[in-house]
Amino acid sequence: MSNFKLNLVLTLLVILIVALAFVINSEAEFLGADSQAEEAVSEVNPNYEPWFEPLWEPPSPEVESLLFALQAAIGAGFICFYIGYKMGIKKGDISAKLQV
Amino acid sequence: MGIYIFGMHIMEGFLPIKWAGFWYIAMLPFLYMGVRGLAGSVKNNPRTILLIAFVGAFTFVLSALKLPSVTGSSSHATGMGLGAILFGPSVMIVIGLIVLLFQAVLLAHGGITTLGANVMSMAVIGPFVTYGVYLLLKKMGAPRWAGIFMGTALGGLATYLVTAIQLALAHPSDIGGFYASWVKFTGIFAITQVPIAVVEGILTVMVFNLLMSYSKQEMESLNLS
Repeated sequence: MSNFKLNLVLTLLVILIVALAFVINSEAEFLGADSQAEEAVSEVNPNYEPWFEPLWEPPSPEVESLLFALQAAIGAGFICFYIGYKMGIKKGDISAKLQV
Repeated sequence: MGIYIFGMHIMEGFLPIKWAGFWYIAMLPFLYMGVRGLAGSVKNNPRTILLIAFVGAFTFVLSALKLPSVTGSSSHATGMGLGAILFGPSVMIVIGLIVLLFQAVLLAHGGITTLGANVMSMAVIGPFVTYGVYLLLKKMGAPRWAGIFMGTALGGLATYLVTAIQLALAHPSDIGGFYASWVKFTGIFAITQVPIAVVEGILTVMVFNLLMSYSKQEMESLNLS
């Protein structure tokens, strides 16, 4: 199987695994595991008061998702730059050899 | 704390001062190792700088994507596995620290006081488990993709088992003590993480294959074990 086909199959597998969560647990809220951990801490240790607050919090879920999207975009941008750059070099090598 | 804080690192202020300090101190020798390791790789092999940045970018993407899990909550992959296999586990400490700091300061995700504990679980123990499993499978003659997949998936799981241990040590239950708390926190973090660890394993194999076909020279210059 070519690399491309293999990666296509693997991508589908990833999407299936993620989507499976909605099938198995269709009623769930899908909150973050850390907000559940906050509840658990207050259950086992009801007197515990967090002694430090985040210095800055995104003011709304929209701003938060902006920052997360930005983080993913920066990462994905560099990954695509790198692969594209390397593909270009590889192509350049091949055509240089053909000309010689 | 807002109800819309998603994620899985230990939240700001949720470790008492003595445990926060303990994990910071525990992290320091590994951080020293990591900085030296990173400086060494760059010096010995300047061509790998872009590849190190690539590994950092991969970590950025994976830790920004919160995936739903079969338990009905959400969590994200760590992205540490790829770099641990390419550069060895110590280099990932520096990259993990940068990602965790970014998320703690800008996203109120994790925290400054809990940074030491989060670095230990995600950027020290996770990558070491990944690397160990990878080497072990390699020695047993398993194909490389199997080592990458298992190493990454188990490294991701180990991270969250350690997070559960860290929380349970700091917050032992009145009835049942450490063990009862550990079971509770493990239920929240580690089980949610199982399908996400599998996803991360698959993605890491895919990216590894991409690098093998398009960045062969750099990959060969790493002398992968």
